[in-house]
Amino acid sequence: MSTIARSPLRSAPDGAERRRSGALRSLSRSTPLVPALILLVVFLVGPMVFALWGSLTNAALTGYRAAKPQFIGFDNYVSLFSDPDFWSSVGLTLSFVFFSAIIGQNVLGMALAVLTRAGSKVLSTVVSTLVVISWVLPEIVAAFALYAFFSSDGTLNAALGAVGLGSISWLIDYPMLAVILANIWRGTAFSMLVYNAALAEVPPEITEAAQIDGTNSVQRFFLITLPMIRRSIATNLMLTTLQTVGTFGLIWVMTGGGPGTRSSTLPVLAYQEAFKFAQVGYGTAIAAVTIVLGGVFAILYIKILKPEVES
Amino acid sequence: MSAAALSTLTVDSPVRNRGRWLANIILVALGVVFVVPIAWIVLSSINPAATVSMSIPTGATFDNFAQVLTFNQSFLPLWNSAIISFGTAALTVVVGILAAYPLSRFNMRFQRGFLYSVLFGSCLPITALMVPVYAMFVQLRLLDSLLGVVLFMAATSLPMAIWMLKNFMDSVPVSLEEAAWVDGASPMRALAQIVLPLMRPGIGVVFIFVFTQAWGNFFVPFVLLFSAEKMPASVAIFQFFGNHGAVAYGQLAAFAMVYSVPILVLYLLMQRLTGSSFALAGGVKG
Repeated sequence: MSTIARSPLRSAPDGAERRRSGALRSLSRSTPLVPALILLVVFLVGPMVFALWGSLTNAALTGYRAAKPQFIGFDNYVSLFSDPDFWSSVGLTLSFVFFSAIIGQNVLGMALAVLTRAGSKVLSTVVSTLVVISWVLPEIVAAFALYAFFSSDGTLNAALGAVGLGSISWLIDYPMLAVILANIWRGTAFSMLVYNAALAEVPPEITEAAQIDGTNSVQRFFLITLPMIRRSIATNLMLTTLQTVGTFGLIWVMTGGGPGTRSSTLPVLAYQEAFKFAQVGYGTAIAAVTIVLGGVFAILYIKILKPEVES
Repeated sequence: MSAAALSTLTVDSPVRNRGRWLANIILVALGVVFVVPIAWIVLSSINPAATVSMSIPTGATFDNFAQVLTFNQSFLPLWNSAIISFGTAALTVVVGILAAYPLSRFNMRFQRGFLYSVLFGSCLPITALMVPVYAMFVQLRLLDSLLGVVLFMAATSLPMAIWMLKNFMDSVPVSLEEAAWVDGASPMRALAQIVLPLMRPGIGVVFIFVFTQAWGNFFVPFVLLFSAEKMPASVAIFQFFGNHGAVAYGQLAAFAMVYSVPILVLYLLMQRLTGSSFALAGGVKG
């Protein structure tokens, strides 16, 4: 179909008229795109433009400065980049993403994918169902369940007490550790499902051939299986990273970003600045930085997926 | 499944057996870790004296459910969740199908650029944008409006939906439509009468996918809505916890159950539609 539609345009060197009718047809064919374009431009591109513009103003939450914010140039960014809270938040975000998504969810997801193929069938079904439920549950429910699990009188401390260990105030003394473990619990299912599908596509002949050549199962996993599914690994790393950068509800319910700002990742800090301290312009600048950070990962991700768009 | 699965890890049988046992032991340990937070919700919801720690209830009760299943506590928030999720999913699917059709069927000049933008939009961390969205909604006078929430959520789920729908549409052969075109049907008629019926499962998957995300979304309504009577269940449950949570864990758990069950049912339905547990992640891989 596509070649039929395009070929006259290319083969006719004198086709000014034809080109015009081609452009007209192209226009009429793309009309169904208009509603999508309007929604995307207003509600997706709009906030991004607002983020860039708003971060250059002193917008406040209410009152005069909310209705008529003043242009103040790069002042928000200057104070942002000289704010130690911002840099600690960047560090917290990076460690949250690195330990919970890149290490935690990916390694555990891969481990579960391998284990459920090796273990007994009933057990594997039960465990993967539990893992998937923790992912399908609404975010706020998962957050409450994990808050209860980690809270001072919660199940974790009760279990530690039962084996004779003292209880620890996880959410107060180790807030980042708690939210990182919580996010691993919450998001591992996605990686597990991706890796399950990827492993199913590795042709058994290849691993069998390697087995005949005398490799052991660990060698086969690292030297054959992993390189063969590297594209799935790369996409999954990007997707889990991008999902984790934006995490808000889980952290907000468990620690509220605290104690102090000890677990305020960038989305939490942006919310606090804008709605607790009424510095909308400042919060917007944080949002702009976060979205740029996410955009860099998104571009990397698209580079990996490029062959699919081109086809 | 099992033949291919085993071959990734097999060696000669004694070692295989040992590996299998080791795998089972680790699986049991991981299963315990994953079940505890879920079990806390389930057990607390029927426990007359639930605490923040998990315990086996001495007797089962439905009092917690009876307490929360009132109009203001549960039905209104769940109704609001349903309106928001249904509106978002319906709008996303209709607009997404319209957009996916030319992208799938014609080769347009800006197509590649558009698809790249859609892909880019589908992986941005949108929650990071809530502060500018709030500022923008102040100007558009869309704050505290269910319509505003629906429009914003539809726009954020649209990139993924277009991407998934285009992939589903690509797998419907063009030859059927060409026959309809020859018979004089317009492209829109061919879409409605030939393509859509053939991709019903795909449409179902996208609808449920968007519905589930909207149902579970907390941050967007938390920022954009103020009135108690407009709050969806995700925000209502958070406010309930802030007000009585520390004393009423049983009710909190019961509310959480009522709020979560529809999502779990929809997920099962989606598994049926696609025939695999990969349903939600599947669309992502294209």
